[in-house]
Amino acid sequence: MIAKPILTADEAVQLIHEENVVMLGGFMGCGSPAGLLDALEKLGTRNLTLVCNDTAMHNLKTGEMTFVARLVAKKQFKKMIVTHIGLNGETQRQMNAGETEVQLVPQGTLAEIIRAAGAGLGGVLTPTGVGTEVEAGKKVLEVDGKKYLLEKALCGDVALIRAKKADRAGNLTYDKTGRNFNPLMATACKTVIVEADEIVEIGDIDPEVVITPSVFVTHLVQARK
Amino acid sequence: MEYVPSKENIAKRIARFFKSGDVVNLGIGLPTFVGNYIPDDVTIILQSENGFLGLGPAPAKGMEDPMLVNAGGSCVTIQKGGCYFDSATSFGIIRGGHVDYTVLGVLEVDQAGNLANYKVPGKLVPGMGGAMDLTVGSKKVFAATQHFDNAGVSKLMRKCRLPLTAVAEVDFVVTDIGFFEVRNNTFVLKEYFTPYTVEYILASTDADIVVDKDCSEVDLG
Repeated sequence: MIAKPILTADEAVQLIHEENVVMLGGFMGCGSPAGLLDALEKLGTRNLTLVCNDTAMHNLKTGEMTFVARLVAKKQFKKMIVTHIGLNGETQRQMNAGETEVQLVPQGTLAEIIRAAGAGLGGVLTPTGVGTEVEAGKKVLEVDGKKYLLEKALCGDVALIRAKKADRAGNLTYDKTGRNFNPLMATACKTVIVEADEIVEIGDIDPEVVITPSVFVTHLVQARK
Repeated sequence: MEYVPSKENIAKRIARFFKSGDVVNLGIGLPTFVGNYIPDDVTIILQSENGFLGLGPAPAKGMEDPMLVNAGGSCVTIQKGGCYFDSATSFGIIRGGHVDYTVLGVLEVDQAGNLANYKVPGKLVPGMGGAMDLTVGSKKVFAATQHFDNAGVSKLMRKCRLPLTAVAEVDFVVTDIGFFEVRNNTFVLKEYFTPYTVEYILASTDADIVVDKDCSEVDLG
């Protein structure tokens, strides 16, 4: 097995360029790579498209922000593809004001179109969204008498992943509910940067417990202790 | 008769519906409250769409783990025998029909079983999160809601006006005054809760309601 490069967070986010589609693991920040987000905010790269379950929390009354919400507030994204923005007042404000394009996608559909992209599929057929606004502009196919939406696969340029443990080859394990979209996004992007709590030598993770196989991972970053 | 909103009534009645072994997903907000009223002799398996089975109660103060949260982002616990999985597996469980019941909140629900609960255009746009998949995929769908909104308008309607979360997927509607089954484009009243009456429910709800032949009064105490 070949060891993957270990970068600092500041070095790693330089792999992200304007106009890139960035997939970010995490669910309300649980399972998001905090060090990479801090570095990307500091670098200030703009005109990005974000793909994430949500945009974390931004309370407009108190000004409190968590995780990717700080990058949203700095308007680093021109478009966000997300499932839920209920706890981020700023994302809702930018959407309603027409400042940022926000595409709301059912959560199961988002997971499955990312998985499809990583698995070399053109898309998936899902019953979710039939007869709702989600159907607009999409093909409806009938299979054995049941209606499905054709949802096209969604790939990205860079995935930002948070793992519990990585070996130098890039085999990954995750931490509890921090797993969520991380293993899917790791399959669907050209550049896959993993911020791991712990980086161990090749052979130090039992092959039976690996969740993300090393072949998907391109760069490793040691998380802050 | 005066209407007194009661989240307890809704949660208590839904909680009594489950049998041991049922796999259940409780939405965020009012539906989560159902978990507090599961009878002691009933063991259900709670699925949490952010990626685990075996959702347990909130941890004791000081025992919170930020890596173990529910779909609302609150710290929770996992029960013995539970397990974690990614979001594709989580929604495979949901869409694949492996969840027996989902309980979802309501903006509007109509007698055709249509549910609207994710969007008030131009005003409130939190997004659908997992609600569309849960509604379409779960074997049975509970809509849990106060019977009337703050302006006194019934949330049970002939036809939803807001953008739909799902079409004709709701099986049961439980409000703080009654228990309804959605059948043949009507709400079938199965139970009315003390102190309300059938007459009160029929008079105050602008929808087609059929009173079930076995309809009974239930005191949720």
